[in-house]
Order: sequence, then C-alpha cells, then structure tokens
Amino acid sequence: MSKLVVASIGPASSVQDRGRPGAQRYGLTSSGAMDRLSMAAANALVGNEPLSAAVEVGPFGAAFTAREGAVRVALAGAVRNGDIAGRSVAFDTSMTLADGETLTLGFARGGAFSYLAIEGGISGEPMFGSLAVNARAGLGSPYPRPLQPGDELQVITATGAAEYRIELPAPDAAPIRVVMGPQDDEFPDDAKTLFLASEWKISATSDRMGYRLEGPVIKHLYGHNIVSDGTVNGSVQIPGNGQPIVLMPDRATTGGYPKIATVITADFGRFAQIPAGHSFRFKAVSVSEAQAAAREFAELLRTLPDRLRGIENFDLNIEALRDANVAGSAVSAVDAGTWQSSSA
Amino acid sequence: MAATPAPPRLLPSGDSAITVEFSRDIDDAANQRVLALDHVIAIAPIAGVSETVPTYRSLLVHYDPVQTSYEALGARLLELAQQPVPAKAKTRRWRIPVTYGGEHGIDLEDVAKALNITPDDVVARHAAGDYRVAMIGFTPGWSYLSGLDPSLHISRRQNPRLMTPAGTISIGGVQAGVQCLAGPSGWHLLGRTAVRTYQLHRDPVFLLEPRDHVVFSPVDARTFAEQDRAAEAGEIVAELLPS
Repeated sequence: MSKLVVASIGPASSVQDRGRPGAQRYGLTSSGAMDRLSMAAANALVGNEPLSAAVEVGPFGAAFTAREGAVRVALAGAVRNGDIAGRSVAFDTSMTLADGETLTLGFARGGAFSYLAIEGGISGEPMFGSLAVNARAGLGSPYPRPLQPGDELQVITATGAAEYRIELPAPDAAPIRVVMGPQDDEFPDDAKTLFLASEWKISATSDRMGYRLEGPVIKHLYGHNIVSDGTVNGSVQIPGNGQPIVLMPDRATTGGYPKIATVITADFGRFAQIPAGHSFRFKAVSVSEAQAAAREFAELLRTLPDRLRGIENFDLNIEALRDANVAGSAVSAVDAGTWQSSSA
Repeated sequence: MAATPAPPRLLPSGDSAITVEFSRDIDDAANQRVLALDHVIAIAPIAGVSETVPTYRSLLVHYDPVQTSYEALGARLLELAQQPVPAKAKTRRWRIPVTYGGEHGIDLEDVAKALNITPDDVVARHAAGDYRVAMIGFTPGWSYLSGLDPSLHISRRQNPRLMTPAGTISIGGVQAGVQCLAGPSGWHLLGRTAVRTYQLHRDPVFLLEPRDHVVFSPVDARTFAEQDRAAEAGEIVAELLPS
C-alpha cells in the first residue's frame, strides 16, 4: 500500500463516486460526482470502474504527495496547470508519482471541477455502498467532510501499468438542455419564454447543494410556495425572488418551491462545470429527446475504455503531436505534458 | 360504493424520474394514495425503477431511461395508481418521548399566545395526536407527520431560523414534524426528543418509514438528558407499540 497525502487543497474538494441512491425516501440525498463523464474518464485511464471513488478537486489549487511507494493517477475534467517535480502534466492522461513526488495543480481554467483518479481506487468504509462525502449527513470515507491539508488517502502502490491518454468528445458550448416541468404550469407563458430566452449567470454562492442563477426575475402564477415534493439532480427551482436555483447532488431530497424545468442527464455534468460568474442559456427538449440523449450518454460512459490510447505507442504519438500542432501550439515530442495543452 | 378516484397527473422530472401527482394540496386522502402506490411498487418492483420518494401529495419515481421509458413506465404507474388501496397493510406504531417548552421548546409560549390557549393546552393537544409519517425528506430523517389537531394549525414563521437543534419537535401550517439533524427551519419549536430517526452505525440507520404511525409522550428535561445519552450510545429510545 501507498499513501496519497493532501499537501494543500482549497474548499469544495472531496472524495466522490457514483453516490448513494436508494435512501432518498428517508431524506438522504444521493450525492456523487458533479461531472460523471470527467470522473469516469479519469477512472478509465487507471483501469478503474467508471464511477469508483476519486478526488473531486474544486476550483482552487491543490497538491498531492505520494508516500510509502509510487502512486499512479489520472486527471480529467476542468483543465489546470500542473506539474510533478518540474515536469508539466497533461489532462486526460494517466501518470505516475514516484515515492515522495508531489503533483501540484493550479486553479481550474474553463471549468469548475477536476477529477483525480487513483489506480485501484481509494480505500474506505462505504456507507450505503458509497464513499461519497455528504458533510451535512456525516457521511463519506475516509473523511466525512471536504478534504483538508494533511489528509491521507490509502491507495495501492503503482502496478507499473502503461500510461494512457483518452480521447473524449470535443467540449460542447451548446445551450443546457432542459425538460420543462414538473411544475411549469405554476408559471405564466411569458415567464417560461423569458426563462428559455435569457442568458443566466452562475452566482458565486453556488455549491454542491445548488447553483444559484442570476438573470431576469421569473414570476410565478400562484406564488412561490407549493406543497413539498421530491427533487432530482438538475431540478430548476424558482424561489420567491424569481432567481432560479438548480439543484445539485447534495440537494435536499424534497423542496417547496415550484420547479419550472429539469436539466437533462446528458447535460448535467456540462452544466456543473460552468464556473461561477460565467453565463449560459437553456434550451427546452422533449422527454423522448432527453431520454435518447441519456441513453447515448450511458453508452459513452460504458465505452470510455475504447477511447484509451497508449502514450508509449509511437504511431499514436505522431497522431497526438500532429493534432496538437494543427491546433497551433508548440509541443515537445519528449514531454507528454504539452501534447494536449492546446485542445484542453 | 365509492367512485373510482381521479387518476393522478404524470409530470416529467427530467428524463430519469416521474412525479405522480395525486393532489396539489396537503390532502390526507391523496397522501394515503401516494403511500399505497409506494407500497405496491415496494412489494412488486418494476424493472428499471431505482427508488421512490413519497411526499404528501405525490410519489417521485426514479428510473433508468436505458431500461424503460417515460411512456411505458407512466402507463404502468397509472394502472397501479388506479388499484384500490391494499387492504390494511401492516403498519407500525412508535411512541416518541418529548420534553416540551423551556430551552427545548422556545416557541411554546408564543404558539400558545397566537392560538389564544395555554402552553399546557398546546402540549396536551400535541401529545394527544395519532400521527402518520406522511413523508420523510429535506434532510436525513426529517419526518413530516399528518394528523395534527386542527386547533394547532399555525402558519410558519415569517423568518425561518438558520439553525435549530437536532431532535426538534415542531409544528408548521397543518403539519407536525420530527427533525433529526440540526439545521434550518421555519417551523415553531415545541420541544425536543432524544430519538434519532437517523443514526449511522445503528441498525436500523433510519428508524421511521413513511406510513408508520407516531404518538408522543411528554417527559421532563432530566429524562430527556438521560435518554439523549443512551441514544447517543446507539440505544433506540423510541418505543415500538403493539399494533
């Protein structure tokens, strides 16, 4: 066994995995990764199951040190500057920290959450089948709270497996798709039109419970109180001030504000990655369109291992270099860390 | 012979959940139908359904759109919702000890004043109720009860409190509640119980189920303190009554 020691870390960073669905009828929310595709990509790179426990690193910088042996890790999600002992590291690749080496990560650029997956996963004591942190419920392992400097993750010693990169679909800047409802009939037609036609900004007060949006005031037909009913990831609640709150994985399981729409499963991770202060738009789709997209998304998660490319394979190196050079940035043939800096 | 009740409304909660809405209001008959549908699904699971969340007026059904679709599952849920409420399915009845008023129930006096009765009346009427767990939600173990004496119906506080203690026993609107974890609340705090409706490393982790019945029995503050220590050590200080 080795250890991955948290040398430094900002707020909003925690161990997450697929979450713990099944106990929402008792008021226990499902938690789990904000961006499942990025978590699954990082896990695929080190040979783990797609939604195994990994470190979800919030928008600020972080550093992790290997102790008592080498540790093989992979990075995906919001891109950052990073280095290991002066070697720059690339996202969407795996890499190995020698015993004593530190992986240092800067602030997230163009996203909110990065995922650090570790070969073999993270040792812990699952509660309801999950290590995911839910600080309010006192759940999560090895620590039932966000990570802090000095925390130690028990991990396997690097097996010496080959390093990989993964080719993910190009990032998508299209509007965030929603299915209207379940309570869209609590809003007048012009409010629904305004909701879909406006630009929304993610507020700085957003967190893993909910993203607050800033934009025009959305008016209710009958007031902002409804008799509480169940919520899902992506429920768009409209409270009394008319400013939407999109519910995230640490949401309350029930809520008493009308829900005008729901972010679709396939776009939820992309939505979660929009940084505070950035703007976006919604677009309404039908349930059947959303379900077709959800099935495609599930298939993408399932087939991520097919997208792995060996980093030591010469032919693939040439391809990666060509792609990177076409994108117009200087890359070094001997430094894998520069290959994807332009595309990420 | 009662008329067949109106079918519920099916509302999409995105692509992976359906809200089966029986009423827009807090309605005891609707809640019974919610709990009946929840029960029917629990005893005869539907392929693709991952979990259900009953509330006062609706049942949220989470499902996997890879295994089923909105149309197929919706049609099945409408069929099941039209089935008669299962004949007296077994329910459990819990007695929950409560210390009322003072530092543990800081709103008791104000509630009495607002309702123009004495604090003792409030306690007597609250403790005389036979409640049903209508839903559990918001935070782990937060149990919403139907069956509050109509003379205790009182609108929620103008300014919700950002922090209220674990084990708070409160009322708000037409509802009564057993709160497990410390947290925000806009309800009126009548007392506290040592009962943990949610406690990790205890079997069961969740004490109450939707459909369970609850009665309250007043205890003094000293008994509460003793029970609180026992409960902290993992003892279940609620009493399961013979049904």
